[in-house]
Amino acid sequence: MGSSDHLLSTRQMAEFVANGVLRFDALVPGDINERAVEEMARLNAERLAPEGLRPPPTRTPLDYCYPPPSAIGEYLRLPEVRGIITSLVGPDPVFDHDWTHHLPAGSTYLQPLHVDAVTDSVDPTFDIQLFWYPRDVAAGEGGTRFVPGTHLHRVRSSGLDRYQHIVGEEQFAGPAGTVVVFHHGLWHAGQPNPGTGDRWMHKVRLNPTRPQVRRWDTSDLDELHNPSSDHVFAQMMPDSVGQVLRTWHPWMSVTEYRNEQMQRARLWRYLSGDDRYDVDYYLTRLESRATLVADG
Amino acid sequence: MADQTAERQQVLYLWASGSALDSPVIGWAFHDGTDGAGPQLPDSSPPYATGVDALRAGWMLLQSAQLVPPSPGEEHANAYLEYEFVMVRTCVTIE
Repeated sequence: MGSSDHLLSTRQMAEFVANGVLRFDALVPGDINERAVEEMARLNAERLAPEGLRPPPTRTPLDYCYPPPSAIGEYLRLPEVRGIITSLVGPDPVFDHDWTHHLPAGSTYLQPLHVDAVTDSVDPTFDIQLFWYPRDVAAGEGGTRFVPGTHLHRVRSSGLDRYQHIVGEEQFAGPAGTVVVFHHGLWHAGQPNPGTGDRWMHKVRLNPTRPQVRRWDTSDLDELHNPSSDHVFAQMMPDSVGQVLRTWHPWMSVTEYRNEQMQRARLWRYLSGDDRYDVDYYLTRLESRATLVADG
Repeated sequence: MADQTAERQQVLYLWASGSALDSPVIGWAFHDGTDGAGPQLPDSSPPYATGVDALRAGWMLLQSAQLVPPSPGEEHANAYLEYEFVMVRTCVTIE
């Protein structure tokens, strides 16, 4: 994030498209993290109670969620956090739902790998989920498990249960105040807490209400946005969006990787507003040939 | 009373990056019908580099993934890990 309004850079957006996840270490100040744990505990206890701290109704504009005094509201209104949100889901997003995850020390609770909600539509629009860890999560203490690069796979959530281990998966560990942002389709799972401290995490899902086109800091877009002729087997820009979209996750087969490049290119077309964008010629080759039939 | 022996099954799912049994393993899951009494997986991650390495360690191949052509319109959609091999071995346990 380099701009004064904390918008993401083109490279960060490309990384989000390639990996389905962005991470911001210790982004939230310590005093908000401290107060947040108490508020999360209240939200946990009172969420379903007739009185007390309740989450906002679904489709509440983000600006009206958790009004002061609220540590969760302060976090959501941090300029650094709003810059991330605006870059990915545009201005005026609405609250979908949130949840607080509290894993006491020694908890053996284990989620299977899953995606949230239901199998996705085919359009490129997306929600984001922000995972906020107000306390340190040490390596080996069971932070959220996730598989980078899975977000554009079209699956049924329960079908992922059987994947106990996938090469290249990660498990969150990091300092207090870290925010991890997921594309809503990313495969993930809560893990047991074998550590000695309680683990807290607040997850919030946000929906766009306006097209997610060029909402980030695009001052470097012309420099990095490769032409549709960019092709790994011909000529390519060495430092470009396409280069980021070529990220090959270690669990991907060759076919899966090439299909994924097509899905990423489609998503980048939507985000950039360039409906001719391509990486490694996969879309352009098919689309160009298809015009022969249409023209004939 | 004398101990009795029983046969129990261990199941190992392997997912590979290609359709061949000697393709690199990219995912795995282990289900242990012996509840820990039988041999466990090697500590390496993944436990076997390929399905053939699992055969050499004593696993039997129960099933491999069918090769299913993509439906029209779905040629470029990714979903589940495609190349699944189900391995089993039978252990004799004392009960």
